[in-house]
Amino acid sequence: MQQALLEVQNVTKVFPGIRALDDVHLSLRRGEVHALIGENGAGKSTLVKILTGVYIPTSGKMTLDGKEISFKNAIDAQQAGIVAIHQEASMFPELSVTENIFMGHHLRNPKTKKLDWKTMNEKTQGLLQRMQLDINPDSFVKNLSVAQRHMVEIVKALSLDADLVIMDEPTSALTGREVEDLFRIVRSLKEEGKAILFISHKFDEIFDICDYYTVFRDGQYIGEGKVAESNEDTLINMMIGRSIDQMYPHHEPKIGKKVLEVKHLSQLGAFKDISFDLHEGEILGLFGLVGAGRSEVVRTIFGIDKASEGTMHLLGKPFMPRGAIDSMRKGIALVPEDRQRQGLVLKMSLTHNISLPVLTNLCWKGMVTNKKTEMQYVQEHGDQMEIKSAGYHVEAETLSGGNQQKVVLAKWIGTNPKILILDEPTKGIDVATKAAVHEFVCDMADKGVAVILISSELPEILGMSDRIVVMHEGYQTAILDAEEATAESVMRYAIATVQMEASNA
Amino acid sequence: MPDLSFSSFVKKALARREAALTLLLVVILVPITIRSPQFLSAKNISTILNDMAILSIVAIGEFYVILSNGIDLSVGSIIAFTGMATGMINQANPTVSPILLMFAGMGIGMVMGLFNGVLVAYGKIPPIITTLGTVNIYRGLTFLLSGGTWVTAHEMSESYIAFPRNTFLGVSNLLWIALLVIAVFYYFSRYSRTGREVYAIGGNPTAAKFVGVNENRVRVVVFLISGTLCGLAGALWTARYASAVNEMATGFEMQAVAACVLGGVNFAGGSGGIIGVVLGTLFLGVVTNALPVIYLSVFWQTFVQGLIILIALTLNTMSDQRKTKKLLAQRRG
Ligand SMILES: Nc1ncnc2c1ncn2[C@@H]1O[C@H](COP(=O)(O)OP(=O)(O)OP(=O)(O)O)[C@@H](O)[C@H]1O
Ligand SMILES: [Mg+2]
Repeated sequence: MQQALLEVQNVTKVFPGIRALDDVHLSLRRGEVHALIGENGAGKSTLVKILTGVYIPTSGKMTLDGKEISFKNAIDAQQAGIVAIHQEASMFPELSVTENIFMGHHLRNPKTKKLDWKTMNEKTQGLLQRMQLDINPDSFVKNLSVAQRHMVEIVKALSLDADLVIMDEPTSALTGREVEDLFRIVRSLKEEGKAILFISHKFDEIFDICDYYTVFRDGQYIGEGKVAESNEDTLINMMIGRSIDQMYPHHEPKIGKKVLEVKHLSQLGAFKDISFDLHEGEILGLFGLVGAGRSEVVRTIFGIDKASEGTMHLLGKPFMPRGAIDSMRKGIALVPEDRQRQGLVLKMSLTHNISLPVLTNLCWKGMVTNKKTEMQYVQEHGDQMEIKSAGYHVEAETLSGGNQQKVVLAKWIGTNPKILILDEPTKGIDVATKAAVHEFVCDMADKGVAVILISSELPEILGMSDRIVVMHEGYQTAILDAEEATAESVMRYAIATVQMEASNA
Repeated sequence: MPDLSFSSFVKKALARREAALTLLLVVILVPITIRSPQFLSAKNISTILNDMAILSIVAIGEFYVILSNGIDLSVGSIIAFTGMATGMINQANPTVSPILLMFAGMGIGMVMGLFNGVLVAYGKIPPIITTLGTVNIYRGLTFLLSGGTWVTAHEMSESYIAFPRNTFLGVSNLLWIALLVIAVFYYFSRYSRTGREVYAIGGNPTAAKFVGVNENRVRVVVFLISGTLCGLAGALWTARYASAVNEMATGFEMQAVAACVLGGVNFAGGSGGIIGVVLGTLFLGVVTNALPVIYLSVFWQTFVQGLIILIALTLNTMSDQRKTKKLLAQRRG
């Protein structure tokens, strides 16, 4: 076999109270797409951060092209030829796309030594085109959607022209088409002889794009092999030490009375003329490509954003929440899509994060007098989500991405909602927990809760929903019965190749 | 697997600002006491504690504002206005009870804090700008109120001047009040819904909005607390120093901020605790008191305080460095 580009040997990383990596190995060759797989909290992102100089390993050795490496910061790593697209995108929201992409490695005019914005803009334009992205290089990052930001992060990594490109769950915020765009780029990088370390919880992606895999479990190295000589069950077994049933749970909808009626709901610049009904015990899927306006619709229903037109009725009564507090009182819960920005207060403990939406219930005259009740509440819902952490007292910041997502879920499921809105609830969580979340959502529906489910994963939408609302660029293009919906038909409405009026059921 | 080695235990303990500060206090006390054994006499300790009582009250108010990712620069001016007001009330009605004067100070301070809070929350003016304005407005009002004159010791009633000094169970009223304030707000920050909401707003206002926290209310409340506590401090100040002058408590905001920063309160909001603030106050008190002992004139006081703020900020940054590094790395890709 070809000589390895990157060789990680016996690397260990200890955090207070937790051994994130315990004597792990990884070797990576040029022209190879290498999948790093493992449960939430297995230590994948920790290794990425070690490889990019964010963390310094407690012990162990790493070599790149035969030379031993140790980085003090990300710039070091970049100069050595390693770049990463981190799991949690973090950019400068007040700067433009171009400015973000060239942050830290601005181009200068060779003669005048001044920053050469013209060339940088052109390069950005070129990179965006190469990825077939419809993003203006001058637009501010704060005005981009989560998915678009992710794409910009990817473009940024590509602009650096590194030997080793690390992608930590790059597809978690992308829909089908963008994933394909991304894969095209990954393949071309591979042909250029670069090495790609690819982290994902989605097996179809791993089997689609990866050549080789390494599995971690609980910070330990479990094994490696060729993807082509493996299968999903083997990998799952290596990951979690047992096999699981990945089928979507069977859900026999017991549709009750109408709880929510949305009529001609519009918001300037985001979505227009959205109308649907929602019933007790129903799971209503909301599908569309990135930027279709799904999150904006549910945020408006929840009262975070204001509607510019249209009406809503909750149990027959007119309803227009002026803030989350209004809708929460009426029994609506929203699990937002962006866990770091909208879902968590990263500096607060898990306990305080989870109890935050229900403080009113835990309080007596505005005081949390009974810590035991609070702890019980937190434990009950946290354990249900199988959060992996050093304890409920640690700050949310220290958790792995998937475990943070579980905290956001735990935080909302205890509110006993009548309407539960889930915006990308399984983003970044591992197969086992994902199955548990699906199970749980069906349980809620069986208990009579009305569920709105947004997901960018078509199989999840098809597998879970009773009815599917499809959106395209802010317009509602169809309401389909799950029975008759197929991946093709839903996708057709999502990219709106079908006449819109005809389908407005 | 938890790491149980001794060095990791020490690291963990030092990572907690409270423990680190306590240790630091002990460390600086040793040479001072060797130099001057009276430093740890009951009398001197009580002097230090009494000197620090007013600062601790004000620093707690400042703590809430900083925790919400704001800053209150107007504390010194609120103290001056309320101190002058209570002094003049006392001058006009010598029979009025000191307790009533405390409440008068709190009431006036509350209104001033409310004004700050409303400007910040509903006027959407950043706290630093708002209070940079009101620090001058309130100082100006103090001059207008007094007409530029002072209230001197013999114009005030005996009972008012004696109030902070009088003891109950061997402890001065001033110290009792500070202890009460500390206890109440310790409880408030840890167990009240509003307390938690201040942490949430300071830590991540967007996420707070998604759980229905009323941001405007929280912003008003923190300034209200700060104003009210400054009012109390003003009433105590005039009595303790037996005079009300227009320039009183000038620059006091620096000390309040210093106490918070020393106590490990995050300047960007969202983390910190009352115990840290109290220890920060104590630390400042010990250092200030120790200056004469090590033959440094009190004129060095502000210099030393500035130095301490810088060191504390550096410490805060260093303990945050891991996070900062992570952020930077992600930003640069
Ligand atoms: N800064 C930190 N402080 C303390 N513990 C940490 C820190 N960063 C990570 N951890 C812990 O290390 C473990 C591994 O985390 P890591 O982020 O590497 O997981 P992961 O494999 O990327 O998981 P996911 O699939 O959820 O993203 C977790 O248990 C996490 O709680
Ligand atoms: Mg991760």
